[in-house]
Amino acid sequence: MTKYTDQGKQDTRSGYGAGMTELGRTNPNVVALCADLVGSLKIETFIEENPERFFQVGIAEANMMGMAAGLTIGGKIPFASTFANFATGRVYDQIRQSIAYSDKNVKICASHAGLTLGEDGATHQILEDIGLMKMLPGMTVINPCDYNQTKAATIAIAEHHGPVYLRFGRPKVANFTPVDQKFEIGKALMLNEGTDVTIIATGHLVWEALIAAESLENQGISAEVINIHTIKPLDDKAILDSVKKTGCVVTAEEHNYLGGLGESVARVLASNHPAPQEFVATQDTFGESGTPEQLMEKYGLNNKAIEEAVLKVLKRK
Amino acid sequence: MPNTQELQDLVVQVRRDILRMVHKVNSGHPGGSLGCTEFFVALYNEVMELKDGFDMDGIGEDLFFLSNGHISPVFYSVLARRGYFPIEELNTFRLIDSRLQGHPTTHEGLPGVRVASGSLGQGMSVAIGAAQAKKLNGDDHLVFSLHGDGELQEGQNWEAIMYAAGNKVDNLISTVDRNGQQIDGATEDVLPIGDVAEKFKVFGWDVLEIEDGNNLEQVVAGLKEAKSRTGKGKPVCIVMTTEMGNGVDFMMHTHAWHGKAPSDEQLANALEQNPETLGDY
Repeated sequence: MTKYTDQGKQDTRSGYGAGMTELGRTNPNVVALCADLVGSLKIETFIEENPERFFQVGIAEANMMGMAAGLTIGGKIPFASTFANFATGRVYDQIRQSIAYSDKNVKICASHAGLTLGEDGATHQILEDIGLMKMLPGMTVINPCDYNQTKAATIAIAEHHGPVYLRFGRPKVANFTPVDQKFEIGKALMLNEGTDVTIIATGHLVWEALIAAESLENQGISAEVINIHTIKPLDDKAILDSVKKTGCVVTAEEHNYLGGLGESVARVLASNHPAPQEFVATQDTFGESGTPEQLMEKYGLNNKAIEEAVLKVLKRK
Repeated sequence: MPNTQELQDLVVQVRRDILRMVHKVNSGHPGGSLGCTEFFVALYNEVMELKDGFDMDGIGEDLFFLSNGHISPVFYSVLARRGYFPIEELNTFRLIDSRLQGHPTTHEGLPGVRVASGSLGQGMSVAIGAAQAKKLNGDDHLVFSLHGDGELQEGQNWEAIMYAAGNKVDNLISTVDRNGQQIDGATEDVLPIGDVAEKFKVFGWDVLEIEDGNNLEQVVAGLKEAKSRTGKGKPVCIVMTTEMGNGVDFMMHTHAWHGKAPSDEQLANALEQNPETLGDY
């Protein structure tokens, strides 16, 4: 199986911060907004180097989304950032009307998504944001898997005209994608070719999928691992090509199984090539306080859960 | 610059447009539209510096954002008569396949509209963003916005009001249409808004009032006065008192015509009170 090496654990939000630093130096139209969470979003360097291009809005996310929409009028490319919960659910109507329906070139950049926010608990652990955002017509939805990919995605979305939801997280996780890998919106990445089962993973679950695939290989099961970083538009072809070969699929995401990547994959399969599917995702529940590792274990979102799902789906082939 | 009589003629013609648009499709919001007719006519024909044609970025010209999007009839009529799109297109208001949606939107590419509005309380934030973009671009033109008084019940406004003052967004002129009415009745009965001018003042805005927002000369003077107060470190607010349904006697002094179209007889009566001036579409 293809070997991946952790280049040293880093948080994906720092990838966002590094991407913003680079954009600040290379694209004069990029502006940043933040709702009292500068340190959490890791954009200190961007602010330090471009103070006139930073808008601190305070704890006022609705105003931030509206201002971001307005800043596009005049050619700015606003990156509006806060925690995923406050970047989506709290301001859904502002995003819907002032950004998505108005086709504004706003990048909604959301940190601390999912359970791995940890100890703050369910008030802050949104597990519904992918669903909320992918349902908006015209919205691009991206959930990168590590520091390098988040940095590359941040830089790539500045070149894409239209609203984007970029989702990343808080904890330090394995950083394993190549540092110079080009980020292509909507293009799935083949991480490991296999023949028995397809594992389609996004975000923090990609590394877990690779660990699971290695363990499965030791049991004589050949797992294909695909990294879907763009949930919308979805790379239908990559999914279908793989599942036509393997005949079954496991999807893995740090999100509710309702509305997430799994449902998007199921739609593609149901319409084109029905196949058994298992969902590694939260089961229509809120999270709770705990360490990220404890939560991922309790809610079935780690490599062990993926492995079990593979063994289950293989029996349904 | 048009003279006062020409503007007054335009006011009457816009009223006719509003009434005929709403009547044709038996839906839409005539009350607030009629109340703000003088404001729109003055703004687009006497106050704002506008380029020919329309581009979304609007660099090098003043911008306007309508936050209370339900008064789209007056917005559309004034945009059409200012030359943004053919006047005949007013005939398509609220019809299927029209660019003149029930509430204004950019989605169908109608020239003159820069953001969707209708879900209330969002326009001031957008206007602030556009005003900040102007500053970044070194563009010394202004951003205007209009808000209903009932709309101030939406909390997002107060986030925006606080932001604009705290960050010295002094190229912004936000007008509040103080007609005292909303769908369920008088604003002070539904949820009291109180002294709007005082509220903006304590938030740090420079505030002026237009006592009769249906007096064209007062509106022009008020808007010009507001312009003269920009660039001085404070956002400018105009509290403009208007009469909903102004110009049609049976639509005034009530909230009944907020979102109701006139019957055939009522339309005839209303049009008789506003004789054709510049030609119906």
